[in-house]
Amino acid sequence: MEQEVLLRVEHVGKSFLGNRVLKDVSFSLERGRILGLVGENGAGKSTLMNILFGMHVIAETGGYEGCFYINGAKADFHSPNDALAAGVGMVHQEFSLIPGFSVTENIVLNRESLKYNPLVEAFGERLQTLDRRDMKKRADEAIKKLNFALDGETVVSELPVGHKEFVEIAREIEKSGTQLLVLDEPTAVLTESEAEILLLSMRRLAEAGIAIIFISHRLQEIMEVCDDIVVLRDGEVVLTTTPSQTSVREIASSMVGRSIDRAGCAKQHIHYTERTLLSVRGLWVDMPGEIVQHVDFDVYDGEILGIGGLAGQGKLGIPNGIMGLFPAGGTVIFDGEELRLNDPTSPLSMGISSVSEDRRGVGLLLDESIAWNIVFTAMQNQRRYLKPCLGGLFRIRDEAAIADCAQKYIKELEIKCVSSRQRVRELSGGNQQKVCLAKAFETHPRLLFVSEPTRGIDVGAKKVVLDTLKQYNRDNGMTIVMVSSELEELRTICDRIAIIDKGIVSGIKSASVASEEFGYLMLGSNEEAAV
Amino acid sequence: MERISKFVERAGWPRILIALFLLSLFVIAPFVGVRLDSSINDTLVRFGMNGVLVLAMVPMVQSGCGLNFGLPLGIISGLIGAVTSVELEVTGIVGVLTAILIATPFALFLGWCYGCLLNRVKGSEMMIATYVGFSSVALMCIMWLVLPYSSPNMVWGYAGKGLRTTISVEAFWQNAVSRIGAFRINEFLAVPTGMFLVFLALCLAMSLFMKTRTGTAMTIVGSNPDYARASGVNINKMRTLSVVLSTWLGAVGIIMYEQSFGFIQLYMGPFYMAFPAVAAILIGGASVKKAGMINVIVGTILFQGILTMTPSVINNMIQTDMSEVIRIIVSNGMILYALTRATKVRS
Repeated sequence: MEQEVLLRVEHVGKSFLGNRVLKDVSFSLERGRILGLVGENGAGKSTLMNILFGMHVIAETGGYEGCFYINGAKADFHSPNDALAAGVGMVHQEFSLIPGFSVTENIVLNRESLKYNPLVEAFGERLQTLDRRDMKKRADEAIKKLNFALDGETVVSELPVGHKEFVEIAREIEKSGTQLLVLDEPTAVLTESEAEILLLSMRRLAEAGIAIIFISHRLQEIMEVCDDIVVLRDGEVVLTTTPSQTSVREIASSMVGRSIDRAGCAKQHIHYTERTLLSVRGLWVDMPGEIVQHVDFDVYDGEILGIGGLAGQGKLGIPNGIMGLFPAGGTVIFDGEELRLNDPTSPLSMGISSVSEDRRGVGLLLDESIAWNIVFTAMQNQRRYLKPCLGGLFRIRDEAAIADCAQKYIKELEIKCVSSRQRVRELSGGNQQKVCLAKAFETHPRLLFVSEPTRGIDVGAKKVVLDTLKQYNRDNGMTIVMVSSELEELRTICDRIAIIDKGIVSGIKSASVASEEFGYLMLGSNEEAAV
Repeated sequence: MERISKFVERAGWPRILIALFLLSLFVIAPFVGVRLDSSINDTLVRFGMNGVLVLAMVPMVQSGCGLNFGLPLGIISGLIGAVTSVELEVTGIVGVLTAILIATPFALFLGWCYGCLLNRVKGSEMMIATYVGFSSVALMCIMWLVLPYSSPNMVWGYAGKGLRTTISVEAFWQNAVSRIGAFRINEFLAVPTGMFLVFLALCLAMSLFMKTRTGTAMTIVGSNPDYARASGVNINKMRTLSVVLSTWLGAVGIIMYEQSFGFIQLYMGPFYMAFPAVAAILIGGASVKKAGMINVIVGTILFQGILTMTPSVINNMIQTDMSEVIRIIVSNGMILYALTRATKVRS
C-alpha cells in the first residue's frame, strides 16, 4: 500500500543543561497509521513529544538538534499554537479541561460556532453570541467518531477520569485540520473496557486518515493497535519494528536493555506463620470515591497480603483509613495492641508504614531533596538522624548520616539521579516511586501498606519495585499489605489476596487459585453484571 | 566563565543588578557631595535596626503561612514592652531586656491567637494577615490612649494621660545594645557592633532551630502539608508555632529598632512596618515558600542600602530637599518590584 509520509523525524536530539535526553532519533509515520512509542520513564518520550508540539520548555532550554518534517515541509514550531495550526493535536497525560464547563463547551473551546447579533455592528466580531445548537452538533459528531457514550451536557468536573480522557481526544479530533494526533498514555487512567473502546476508536480514526502516535506502558495494547512500533531507551531509538515481527517480550527487553524474567515466576513456598499480626474488625473509612463500608480481615505475620478489586470499590480506603489519613471507625488491633484511628502518629509509632497511592500529592516532597524525602518520616517519628548540638542542649539534623542513608537506597533501589541532593520533582515517575518505598523502608516497619506501587511506572522500575518488596518480605520478615488494581501483579507477589467489592471484603483466597475465581469475587454476587 | 555563570545562577539576576546599582550609588556619592563614610554609617545602622524584623519573616514563610504581613501584631507586643519599660524607668541594657521580657508574654499570646486564626484560612493567609496587622494597629490606637501609663516622659502634657505619638528613649536606653563593643572609625563612621551581634546571634539561633526535628517538620509542613500529615506531624501545631515565633521576633525586632532609632513610635507607627521587611526578604531572594538566613542578610543590606543612598544622592544631585518623597517612591517601588518577583515559582 503506497501511502504518503506525514511525519518524518530526522536525527532529533536534545539535552537539558548538559544532560542528554535524546540522541539522534529518526523515524517516519505515514497517514492513517498508528505508531506506538514505548520506553521506560525517562527514556525521552515526553521530551520528543514536547519538541513535536513546540512546547516553550524546549526553546527555553536551548532548542533541539535535527529536524522534522510534516507533509514533507520542514516544521519548526515556536509555540503549541504553531503546532496546532500545522494539524498536530496532542492529548497530554495531565488533563487540560475546564472543570466547570460542559463536555460540549470543552470540546469546541475557542472554536465555538458563532451567531450574528446586532451588537456586532456596534462593537465588532467579538460580541457574536454562541450558537449552542451547532456546538452541540459538532461535539456530538466528534464523540460519535470515538464510539463512546458521552453526554455533551455533563459538566466535566462530574465525569469519571476515564471519560475525561475521551473528552480530550474528542476535542483534538474536532479540530478540522488535525492530521497527527499524539496520545500520551491515554489508557493509564481507563478501565479495561474503556481502554478497549479507546483502542477501537483509534483504529477508526486511523482509517479516516489521521496518523496517531500512541504512547503507552501497556505493551499488550501497543501490540494490538499499532502498525509501527518505536522503542526508545536512554534517548535513543533501539528498535523500530511492527507487531507482526515482534513480541511483547522483545519490546520489553529492548526497553530495559536487559532480558526480563517472565513476571509470573512461581511464588516460593509459603513462609509465613499463622500468627495474626493485624486484625481488622468492622472498619469503615470515609474516603471520597473509595468508601469502605465494613471490612474484616486478618494479616498474618510475615505474609504478603494482596488487596484487589475494581476501582472505586474501596480497596484504597483501607490503608488510608488505618493510617489515619481519612475519617475511619472500627477496631484495628496490631500485635495485641489497639490502634488509635484518625491519628496518623499511632500507626507510625507502632511500626506500621505506608506507601501512598497518591505519589505526588501525599507521598513526596517534590521540592525537597531525595535525602530529605527518605529520612523525614523516620526523623519525626523515631527521632533518628539527629545529633546533639551545643553540648547536648538540643539536637539538630545529622546531614552526613542523612546523605549516607539516601546513598544506600539510591544504590539498593537503583534510583537514577544526579545526587542525593537532587529535588524529587526532577525524577521520573518510577524513580519517584522508589523514593517513596525508601521512605517507608527507612522507618523499619513491621507492617507495610503499599498502594498501587506500579501505577504509571515502566517495566524496569516495576520489576525493581516488586523485587524489592519481595526481598524485604523474605529477608527482613516485613509483613506487606499490597493494594493494587492489577490482579496479575498481585498474583505474582502475594500469598493471599482479598478482593474488595462495594466497600466490603467479598472473599480472601490463596494467590495460587485461578484468576477467574478472583474475577467472580470482583463482580460480587451479582453475576448478571458480568462484562 | 563557568564559575561566573554559576554564581549568577545562584545569586539571581535581580540581586546582582540591585547590588550593582547600590555600588554605583556609593561610587557617585562623593562626586555629588555626599560623604561616603556617613553614608556607610547610615547603611550599617539601618541594616542593624531592621535585620531582626526581616528575620521575623522566616518561620512563617517556611511553614507555608506565607509572608508575615501581620507583623504589626508582633510590633505592638514590642511596643507594649517598650513603653512599660520606660514607665518603670529602667535604663541601659537592663531596660532593653525588661522591654523584651515584658513584650514576650504578649507576643506569645497574640501570636497564638493569630496562628489559630491563620489555621482557619489556609490558602489565603497573606491577605488575612494584612488585615490582622491593620486592624490590630487601629485597636491599639484606642488602647494607647486609655492604658493607665502615667510617666511624664510619655503622656500628653496637657491632659496628663494617654501616650504621646512619639516617645523618646534617649534618657533610658537609646543605643544600649548598639553601644556594646561599638567602635568609631572617624567622626562620621561608627560601627554599632552590639546590634550586629544580637542580629547575627538571632540568625544563628534561627538557623539552628530550622535544623532541629521541629524546625525540619516546620519546613516540611510548608513544603507539602499532606506529606507532613502522613508522616505524623501535627500541621496546625507547626503552623501556630511558626506564627508565634514570627510574632515574637517582630516584638524583639521593634525593640532593637527603637533602641537604635531613639524613639518609640505609637499609634499609626506600626501600620506600614511589615512592608519594608517583606520587601527586604523578597529582594534577598526568598520566595513565598522558602526563605533562609542568606536571604535575610543579603536582602536587608540591599534594601536598606538603596533606601539610605538613593534619597541622599538624588537630593544632592538636584539640589532640593525632597528626600522624603524619594524615600517613599524608592521604598514602595522596591516593595512592588519584590512582590511581582515573588509570584514567580522557582523551578
